[in-house]
Amino acid sequence: MTLDKLKMGRTAVVTGVRNQSTERRRLYDLGITPGTPIENVMPSPLGDPIAYRVRSAVIALRREQAQLIDVEE
Amino acid sequence: MSAHAETLNQCGSCASSCHHTAQLTKLGLKIRNWDYTVALAGNPNTGKSTIFNQLTGLHQHVGNWAGKTVTRAEGAFTLNGKKYKLVDLPGTYSLLSTSVDEEIARDFVLFGQPDVTVIVADATRLERNLNLVLQVLEITDRAVVALNLIDEAERNNLTVDERALARDLGVPVVPMAARRGAGVKELLNAIEMVASGQFSARPHRIKYADERLETAVETLAEQLRVEFDNLPNARWVALRLLEGDENIINAIETRTLGKVKEAGAFPSLVESEAR
Ligand SMILES: Nc1nc2c(ncn2[C@@H]2O[C@H](COP(=O)(O)OP(=O)(O)OP(=O)(O)O)[C@@H](O)[C@H]2O)c(=O)[nH]1
Ligand SMILES: [Mg+2]
Repeated sequence: MTLDKLKMGRTAVVTGVRNQSTERRRLYDLGITPGTPIENVMPSPLGDPIAYRVRSAVIALRREQAQLIDVEE
Repeated sequence: MSAHAETLNQCGSCASSCHHTAQLTKLGLKIRNWDYTVALAGNPNTGKSTIFNQLTGLHQHVGNWAGKTVTRAEGAFTLNGKKYKLVDLPGTYSLLSTSVDEEIARDFVLFGQPDVTVIVADATRLERNLNLVLQVLEITDRAVVALNLIDEAERNNLTVDERALARDLGVPVVPMAARRGAGVKELLNAIEMVASGQFSARPHRIKYADERLETAVETLAEQLRVEFDNLPNARWVALRLLEGDENIINAIETRTLGKVKEAGAFPSLVESEAR
């Protein structure tokens, strides 16, 4: 599944990032690389963006970004 | 700006336990005839400007959110008779994927030819911070890691084995709690050792084993050095071209690549004076 489907409070492991361009590079630089656990910690009031914890830092991702990230629960 | 010139020994914000043997004089904006240029790079919100203020006596904007510093700020200090220009940079997660603010930091680290690059890392988020550390070590061996927010790490029951980290990275690692001045003396010592060449680093480097890649990189890098007049870090630029980095391709097409070096002025100061 993709990261945007991950429920609040759940943790999954990143299996890949779909985009080929600078967007993937950007996500890698935020620590979102294959094998990394990622947790949905906080939805925003409008449901977008969503806050995720990755490598002990909390980051906000927009839904379009989360849709690029393949994860396994 | 002489009001900013004060010696660290008199600095009231220091913890009482710190003894300053080094002779530091904060010079504020008096940046003339420096012997060395030192860049402060690091992820957003790691305490770069806090360290900058400690060393120069200036008052760069500090606060607890990311992205406060949006342009290059410069100041100076003298240490044991040598004059240092210190450059505070916007926070950046990477030298590869950059937003506009981050480009300022990237360009200075790559093309500003600092004598020492201090990478300020957040000890509570070390894993993420190491991405930038390794990227910087790929292009320079004249670097120091300032392991800041060590007080926060302690509060969260995190301990960092800084000796092991220094050994693995191959550069000095200085634990700091910059807000209360802890570790400033040790940081200055490390900066001095690296600037003067007394410490020669053996940084951790990613190796590109494939010979075809190596040949391609060297061929491109050579051409870049010719086209862009001894461009620093031409190998790094060559790798980005092979990767298809749109930012870098664009900078080459518009011939704006490495413009930090060519400008040679102090854009940040010029701008702030003009305001
Ligand atoms: N507890 C603690 N807080 C610190 C320390 N150093 C800096 N801070 C605080 O961390 C926050 C960020 O500090 P800055 O110096 O603005 O960080 P910066 O790296 O310049 O941030 P950007 O310019 O936004 O990238 C501020 O609230 C500082 O007071 C430290 O050693 N310990
Ligand atoms: Mg700052």
